[in-house]
Amino acid sequence: MSDLTDFGVAALRDGFRKGDFSAREAADAFIGAMEAGRPLNAFLVETPDHAIAAAEEADRGRAVGELRALSGVPLGIKDLFCTAGYQTTAASHILEGFVPTYESTVTAKLFGAGAGMLGKLNLDQFAMGSSNETSAYGNVISPWRRAGDSAPIAPGGSSGGSSAAIAARLAPAATGTDTGGSIRQPAAFTGISGIKPTYGRCSRWGIVAFASSLDQAGAMARDVRDCAILLEAMSGFDAKDATSLDIAVPRWEENLSGNLKGKKIGIPKEYRVDGMPAEIEALWERGIGFLRDAGAEIVDVSLPHTRQALPAYYIIAPAEASANLARYDGVRYGLRVLPDGANLQDMYAATRAEGFGPEVKRRILIGTYVLSAGFYDAYYTKAQKVRALIARDFEAAWASCDLLLTPTAPSAAFALGEKTADPIAMYLNDVFTVPASLAGLPAMSVPGGLDVQGLPLGLQIIGKPLDEQSVLDAGLAIEERAGFSARAETWW
Amino acid sequence: MVSGDVTMAEAASTYRIQGATGEWEVVIGLEVHAQISSNAKLFSGASTAFGAEPNANVSLVDAAMPGMLPVPNAECIRQAVRTGLALGAEIHRWSRFDRKNYFYADLPQGYQISQLYHPLVGEGSLVIEADEKAGIPAPKTIGIERLHVEQDAGKLIHDQHPTRSYVDLNRSGVALMEIVSRPDMRSPAEAGAYVRKLRSILRYVGSCDGNMEEGSMRADVNVSVRRPGEPFGTRTETKNVNSVRFVMAAIEHEANRQVDVIEGGGTIVQETRLFDPDKGVTRSMRSKEDAHDYRYFPDPDLLPLELSEAFVEECRAGLPELPDAKRARYEGVLGLTPYAAGVLTADVAVARWFEALLAATGKDGAEVAKAASNWLISDLFGALNRLGKSIDESPVSPAQGAELLGLVADGTLSGSLAKQVFEIMLETGDDPARIVEERGLKQTTDTGAIEAVIAEVLAANADKVAEYRGGKDKLFGFFVGQTMKAMAGKANPGVVNDLLKKALG
Repeated sequence: MSDLTDFGVAALRDGFRKGDFSAREAADAFIGAMEAGRPLNAFLVETPDHAIAAAEEADRGRAVGELRALSGVPLGIKDLFCTAGYQTTAASHILEGFVPTYESTVTAKLFGAGAGMLGKLNLDQFAMGSSNETSAYGNVISPWRRAGDSAPIAPGGSSGGSSAAIAARLAPAATGTDTGGSIRQPAAFTGISGIKPTYGRCSRWGIVAFASSLDQAGAMARDVRDCAILLEAMSGFDAKDATSLDIAVPRWEENLSGNLKGKKIGIPKEYRVDGMPAEIEALWERGIGFLRDAGAEIVDVSLPHTRQALPAYYIIAPAEASANLARYDGVRYGLRVLPDGANLQDMYAATRAEGFGPEVKRRILIGTYVLSAGFYDAYYTKAQKVRALIARDFEAAWASCDLLLTPTAPSAAFALGEKTADPIAMYLNDVFTVPASLAGLPAMSVPGGLDVQGLPLGLQIIGKPLDEQSVLDAGLAIEERAGFSARAETWW
Repeated sequence: MVSGDVTMAEAASTYRIQGATGEWEVVIGLEVHAQISSNAKLFSGASTAFGAEPNANVSLVDAAMPGMLPVPNAECIRQAVRTGLALGAEIHRWSRFDRKNYFYADLPQGYQISQLYHPLVGEGSLVIEADEKAGIPAPKTIGIERLHVEQDAGKLIHDQHPTRSYVDLNRSGVALMEIVSRPDMRSPAEAGAYVRKLRSILRYVGSCDGNMEEGSMRADVNVSVRRPGEPFGTRTETKNVNSVRFVMAAIEHEANRQVDVIEGGGTIVQETRLFDPDKGVTRSMRSKEDAHDYRYFPDPDLLPLELSEAFVEECRAGLPELPDAKRARYEGVLGLTPYAAGVLTADVAVARWFEALLAATGKDGAEVAKAASNWLISDLFGALNRLGKSIDESPVSPAQGAELLGLVADGTLSGSLAKQVFEIMLETGDDPARIVEERGLKQTTDTGAIEAVIAEVLAANADKVAEYRGGKDKLFGFFVGQTMKAMAGKANPGVVNDLLKKALG
């Protein structure tokens, strides 16, 4: 039998259904890969018991003809999702030892669909970061390396544990969350696919909050079809989330088609930023060619406020985070630091000083500052106006096209440590992903090729609200033509 | 406090503080926090029942566990809209929740969800009644600036351990309406009347039970003083005052304190104060300098609250008759005195009882209202007072009251017999007709029976009959007394009189 860790979600599901292998065999294969892959530091918590229990249940179910959507499929779960009975830390010391008594809606849906959990995946602390280097438990190392170089490469962030685990075949697929690009950028950096659906498709209930108006769960997998399968199982209305959309979940997988006849693809000129590497430019052109070849018409569009998106994002997201993270106070769960003779304020200060990492503190400070009396209008109110203008830019673009094609990130993955000294340079990594987040639009990254150093590059497709189908279809069209088959060589 | 509608408020009150340097006028505005009557909290499914064990009514949302989200409770919004309508206020069809950020142990989220920028309800008003004795010569309209919905915080318990404080989150997340008045009140009595009237309206609407002793309603009291006719002075805010009496006492103390400070050459600092009910004084809690910067911003977990016209109209249509309208109807239609109408409408429970009483008589309301109102205000209230019971705990039901009134109206019972029967009703809970029947308390108008007794009385007192007939008229009373005594008080006094006169010639 071939190595089951080479199988993606659809292949595992279908092979399991046909009886080619048992769910337990699949689970064991990935558990073995996960253990062997420890040098990557992708998993914060390994939960083989969960994966095995789900697999055995799937095998028992198959014996009596009961098959669910994800029976036989083990998954990695980003450690931002609360999982009942399993430690959930958001990669922060402040939640160390926190074991939720409740299951997030998204993971409950996945497990209800028969999936098992291999473990909790590492991430940037509270999903704040683009390289996984802000994790309190050490950074994830990408399985990818530059040609002829063994310097450790960033897996992207914040869903860097997810991207690395999938690229390294430690998991067939994983959940991610995307606030400003946290699914798409790591997917691009590791040569996998990742989709962030329309804001409100996936319930936020039970996901540790970063920036509520932007946070959205999504799917990360080896290919577009697997993303469609996973996202379909994750999505759906949840009365426990007031921003959840009460709309039926389409059958994305069933309707998946790489034929783009009649579709218009917009190419936003403002994404041609100064100093964009030639190979990113070339990648983009290649992507345009793929979509044209799939039958789509290519049109130039303008999103005039693109330049203001990143500054607006870095006001709105920290502002929301500064309030969302106030609950980590040492009183009810997680870390408590209580110096001798400390009063309540001392305990808060000591706990938060020790519990939060530098990037989290930086964002709390920024958020607190922009909401302060006297600064609120200049920063927060203005940023909200920019956000509205960006949404309007997209609305206007939809008058002339159905989808937008852009690079996912301005460069291939950088080496670990390369950008940690300069937070602004790190923030610039989100320049292409943030606008769709601010507008709440579905967007996906698919591999488009390799750079000269042999590292993957991603193409981003942005769709109209609720039109994940077209996004996935265009992703499939690129996938079918890009012939991306490169994979990281196993060095661990 | 917003300056503005000063003219209206200035007309009436003559309440002044006599300072060493002259007269001072008091300016008062109130922010009343009223707990919305609902089974569940504002943003979580947890119960709101009073008196539960500490931390028994706490959901994952109330405890601010990671990843938990607020979901608005539609019933709380409906009650706040109904309250706004009852205050004649503008309902904002688009409103929004904001986060008010601060750290405290009774606030697990680290922010309170409130409405600063876009409250649910805008301008409204209520009318306080004239009360000469309290120095309110004429009815007065008090402006209401806004009403918004927000979460309550938990409670800290400091008396269970020598060095530790305990946190009870049962109240955490309970829905409150904050009702902000204009600075239109000019005396403690007006403020007291405002709180009573507001409580009356809330109870009519059913949006708040108004039980201040259980914390369902409390007031932040804004007080400043000025020379009559001058601009507003600097105000202080005394937090969380939890009875009408304390509101009045806090204002009185605070206003006098401010006069003393100013006349002593000092200035009033804008600050937050606390009222100490034991000592009857207010104490400084924190000044403006160390006031929090609450960093309000729209709560991104919640979408703006958008109400349809139909929803608002449905709320309006579902409102009960409110105290002012009811009072006018009692006077105009039922013909009650202003005093009786005021007493019967102030408390919705009393009004409901009274209307049930009228309905149970089966007669036209105007026909029986006076007798019913007299009986309720003097006899029933007297008895309830004596028993220490509220109208809702009355041992006598409206149906029983109506039956008793009917027995008086049809001559079955005299006034004094009715009082006797009522006492027995209070003790036994029995219906009056049954009491009359079983105890033979029925007033008799049976002329044959009365004539027979009269004949016996006259026969047994032949000497006195002779004296009476000889001109000693005063003896008539003696014969009445003897006859009533022989009939155990149950004879109709009018019939006895008539028959005696006939028998004595």
